[in-house]
Amino acid sequence: MMHITVDPRKVPEPAMQRSAGYWQTVGRRFLQDKVAVAAALVVLVLLVLAIFGPWLAPLDPYQSSMLKRLKPIGFAGHPLGTDELGRDMLTRLIVGTRLSLFMGITPVICAFFIGSFIGITAGYTGGWVNTGLMRTIDVFYAFPSVLLAIALSGALGAGITNSLISLTIVFIPPIARVAESVTTQIRGRDFVDAARASGAGAFTIVRVHVLGNVLGPVFVYATSLIAVAMILASGLSFLGLGVKPPEPEWGLMLNTLRTAIYTQPWIAALPGAMIFITSIAFNLLADGLRSAMEIKQ
Amino acid sequence: MLGFLWRRLVYTLPIMLGVALVCFALVHLAPGDPLVSILPPDASAELQAKMKELYGFNRSYPEQFVSWVWRAVQGDLGTSIASNRPVFSEVMKAVGNTLRLAMLATLIGFVLGCLFGFVAGYFQNSWLDKLASLTSVLGVSVPHYWLGMVLVIVFSSILMWLPPGGAGPGGSGDWAWDWEHFKHMLLPAITMSVIPMGIISRTVRALVADILAQEFIVGLRAKGLTDVGVFMHVVKNAAPTALAVMGLQLGYLLGGSILIETVFSWPGTGFLLNAAIFQRDLPLLQGTILVLAMFFVVLNLIVDVVQTLLDPRISRS
Repeated sequence: MMHITVDPRKVPEPAMQRSAGYWQTVGRRFLQDKVAVAAALVVLVLLVLAIFGPWLAPLDPYQSSMLKRLKPIGFAGHPLGTDELGRDMLTRLIVGTRLSLFMGITPVICAFFIGSFIGITAGYTGGWVNTGLMRTIDVFYAFPSVLLAIALSGALGAGITNSLISLTIVFIPPIARVAESVTTQIRGRDFVDAARASGAGAFTIVRVHVLGNVLGPVFVYATSLIAVAMILASGLSFLGLGVKPPEPEWGLMLNTLRTAIYTQPWIAALPGAMIFITSIAFNLLADGLRSAMEIKQ
Repeated sequence: MLGFLWRRLVYTLPIMLGVALVCFALVHLAPGDPLVSILPPDASAELQAKMKELYGFNRSYPEQFVSWVWRAVQGDLGTSIASNRPVFSEVMKAVGNTLRLAMLATLIGFVLGCLFGFVAGYFQNSWLDKLASLTSVLGVSVPHYWLGMVLVIVFSSILMWLPPGGAGPGGSGDWAWDWEHFKHMLLPAITMSVIPMGIISRTVRALVADILAQEFIVGLRAKGLTDVGVFMHVVKNAAPTALAVMGLQLGYLLGGSILIETVFSWPGTGFLLNAAIFQRDLPLLQGTILVLAMFFVVLNLIVDVVQTLLDPRISRS
């Protein structure tokens, strides 16, 4: 469904003119972009909820009550109603932020490190190492991402660790491809030749010249994957392949509340709205970051 | 041109073999004995060994892989552990249902996506452009399984216009060309169409903006061509890429429909996959994934070839 494509327009050019003033310019341009700033604020709020959620939430997220099952929005003491086991919705949505964000962001971070490592190795070494690594990556890339994520989680079995593993595997190929193409570009530049001519070893060149120029664009690309990762991670929980009950997580909440769509439809829809908001915010933030980093002068 | 086709084909074969290897490995990645779900808990060692031999689990991995691939090429994907029917016929029946849904969704997504994309590209930075861009961001950000639930709430639960799930009246899975069956398709297809719509509209907007900025457009206008005439040139230049994106989207929808099919109880591949996972029916799981992934690889190949035929510049680059 939402496949992760490597859209060349989504990868900023490696910025060679990155002087001391570069990040200031990026910062200034980002702050001028109202949509991006608003998205950044939403992400900030979500991060605060993720860190301090358990202290901010009004009630106990696991406290169920047979008498107060599926109470409507605005019910006394439960501003967003209660779920199918009588647990407070507002509390579970707030406390669920931590696990939901964790499940969405962790695979992208892991894939960022592993994918960059593979891509830079392939791009810098070239030759048969490149061919071998990139053809293997192509095989995984040949699966639609939703299918690959579900197939891996389905085979490994439900659970947080297995979901994280399968999502990481899904996100490695696109990141490795981007890292490889940027590294190949950098490797052909004059300053790399100059460094080699002056006696620098491969490790030094990669550390000093390649990493600095490659990680920026790859990082921006990776941020644009967080929105997809959020939807996929919650989707796995929604299918029953991710987080297990009774943990509060938005995708799982959506799954267990599905039976309630005829009795309390809007309560059943609430966790999905949280996933939607998070995904929009990360998408817009990534768009803003990218256009702020593409400085053409 | 022929050289390009040949290279593209040669490149596809190892990918296919790799895909088959991944599908094969999935089963052996799975924890636990795949026969647990069909054997009674008090099965004798003799029966266990017999079943292992029947399903070929007693041979070495390379041996199993080669014989599995060889049989798969001939259309034999083994027998489903849960239903005891051939996996191939089960999968093909489900693929038909999913394909029908995915094609309608791609069509809706393509038409709306092109409309939004062209409007946004022609009136850049106007409020129309902003509205179209907003729609496409919403389209790619929405968790589609949730959108499906919301549509069921609105159109089935509150308005009671459309059925909430299933492929036909009375839960039948067979297709017929009538209004009742079409009604069952509408909600899942609309839900599914949102993502291709967002992606196609983004692509078309960028394409149109690029084309309009080129010099030949100024030339055409200077020559005295009407706006409609210029528009036809833009369409002609944008079509190969837009069609390619559409083809790939169809592939993503085929492989990614599992969440939507679960929401709408649609009897397609996603539904089959879901059943295979939760019943631990490994031959069915393996077969479904293999067929879907192969569909996707072949579709990629077709898209590349068609795009090259439409736009000869590609094969030269």
